[in-house]
Amino acid sequence: MAVRIEPVRIEPVRIEPLAPERAAALAGAYEGAVAASRRRSLAILVALLALVLLAGWLAEVRPLTLAENIGGFTAYLGRLVPPLAPATLPADLAAWYWGLPKWLALLGETLLMAYLATLLGGIGAFCLCFVAAANLAPSRSLRFLARRFLEVCRTVPEVVFALIFVIAFGLGPMVGVLALAIHSVGALGKLFSEVVENIDLKPVEGLRATGASWVETIRFAVVPQVLSNFASYGLLRFEINVRGASVMGFVGAGGIGQELLVAIRNFYNADVSAILLMIILTVVAIDLATERLRHAILGREAAR
Amino acid sequence: MNRPASSLRAGALADLDGLRRRHPAAFRTPPGRRLAVAVTLAAVVGLAILAMVRLDFSLMRLLDGVGRLGDFAVLMLPPSPHGQFWTFLRALGETLGIAFLGTLAASVLALPVAFLAARNVVPNPFLRFGVRRGFDVIRSVDVLIWALIWINVVGLGPFAGALAIACSDVGGLGKLFSEAIETADRKPQDGVASAGGSALHRVRFGLLPGVLPVLTSQMLYFFESNTRSATIIGIVGAGGIGQYLTELIRVLELQQVAFLVLMILVTVAVIDLISGRIRRAIIGPAAH
Repeated sequence: MAVRIEPVRIEPVRIEPLAPERAAALAGAYEGAVAASRRRSLAILVALLALVLLAGWLAEVRPLTLAENIGGFTAYLGRLVPPLAPATLPADLAAWYWGLPKWLALLGETLLMAYLATLLGGIGAFCLCFVAAANLAPSRSLRFLARRFLEVCRTVPEVVFALIFVIAFGLGPMVGVLALAIHSVGALGKLFSEVVENIDLKPVEGLRATGASWVETIRFAVVPQVLSNFASYGLLRFEINVRGASVMGFVGAGGIGQELLVAIRNFYNADVSAILLMIILTVVAIDLATERLRHAILGREAAR
Repeated sequence: MNRPASSLRAGALADLDGLRRRHPAAFRTPPGRRLAVAVTLAAVVGLAILAMVRLDFSLMRLLDGVGRLGDFAVLMLPPSPHGQFWTFLRALGETLGIAFLGTLAASVLALPVAFLAARNVVPNPFLRFGVRRGFDVIRSVDVLIWALIWINVVGLGPFAGALAIACSDVGGLGKLFSEAIETADRKPQDGVASAGGSALHRVRFGLLPGVLPVLTSQMLYFFESNTRSATIIGIVGAGGIGQYLTELIRVLELQQVAFLVLMILVTVAVIDLISGRIRRAIIGPAAH
């Protein structure tokens, strides 16, 4: 069918200049609006300043100490790096990384801690997330309980769990794993249940119509939809847990943290920089690798 | 969920063999895929078992510990401050102060640097790459490590804690800020440029008004998470409620520990509530 387009003739419009009193009123309104927005910005600024002063008083901020010691910070960072002369580089490096085998073993332990904690936390979160999701929860009271449990798990910092567990279970990396795992249950459980709340409900209805049980519905209608997102969040958590596992040793819960703590407290500066560098390189590498992997997983899902 | 008495299910189960014959594809998983799943599962479980062996997991210790945790749970009741309520409250205030100052300082430091890492502001890829990797390096050091370093510089106390939080957040905030700046709408900036504005004008009037709400919302998120971090930096002596928490756990004053944990839970919930309100007020409910 052919569409006939009517030619439109645009009438030339002449803009009449505003009457002076009207122009004055508009200008006044504009000034008023600008002044109001200025006043609001000023009020926010004053409130912020008051909060800063209050917080500064509470946190015992001493700008003078900082000004005095800021040079100390850079000097400290400078002291951390051992002397490396080009002529004796291999020997210098060997002296710097004198404890490499021990540190590598501890770093491996740290990574295994993070892996196991992420896995256990992921399993726990997987079991709880369907109960905690608004669209699938079998009952309101069960959902309420699951949500509160997840909240407590993720609000109490993992180091606090580790402190308590060290007394209950004794020193060692198992404690670190348990502490990180509980925290991961809370953090992942929330993210997982949010993913579940955003699924397409049509497959769920289809399975329900065939008389499938709750578990069957989850298995065949929900899990295929959410698994790739779960994996992506799990990888993200793994990276966070590697960082967390690196300080678990501060409270005696295994990993490389113990060595680092001893080195920093005793001013073994070369050791501090050696261990820090190893941690940084590991975390950055894992960050890049998991990001790649996550994009691959989510990209494959999107391409389907 | 009640299960509907379904004739569909009964019929399907009765005719299962017929269905299998007529729709073979629906009942079969391709063997390649099945193999991939099996290999992945085996790798995951194998690594987990290796980890458990290397990390000295033992069922006996686990059961012993769980029993002891049960005893601790009984000892925690009822939570009570034992007359130290005001001391704890003051420490909690200190914690919030640390988190607030740390977040603010980190934002102030991260904002100008984040512009350097944004593609649409600084076209130089080398500078951008360097700044980005810098953020990654800062981010990969845990806040407790930063706290130890700052204690060596400004001494024990909450000030070191605030500086530690500021440092560890510069990386994370900088990364998020630069991403927010990169996704900002170009058109207002083009408008300012076409009206004869300088590069600085473009940033101030074309870019900043658009991204400021997003940045504020991210700052509030970090403030929420920093109230949690600030509760633990006392463990290494950098102020806040963590100092009391560590001491009381060490001497097993579990009623006070329970009280402190409750205080932290309530505070974090309140902070989350308030900052959620402010976030919604700033960027509108549509953005959630």
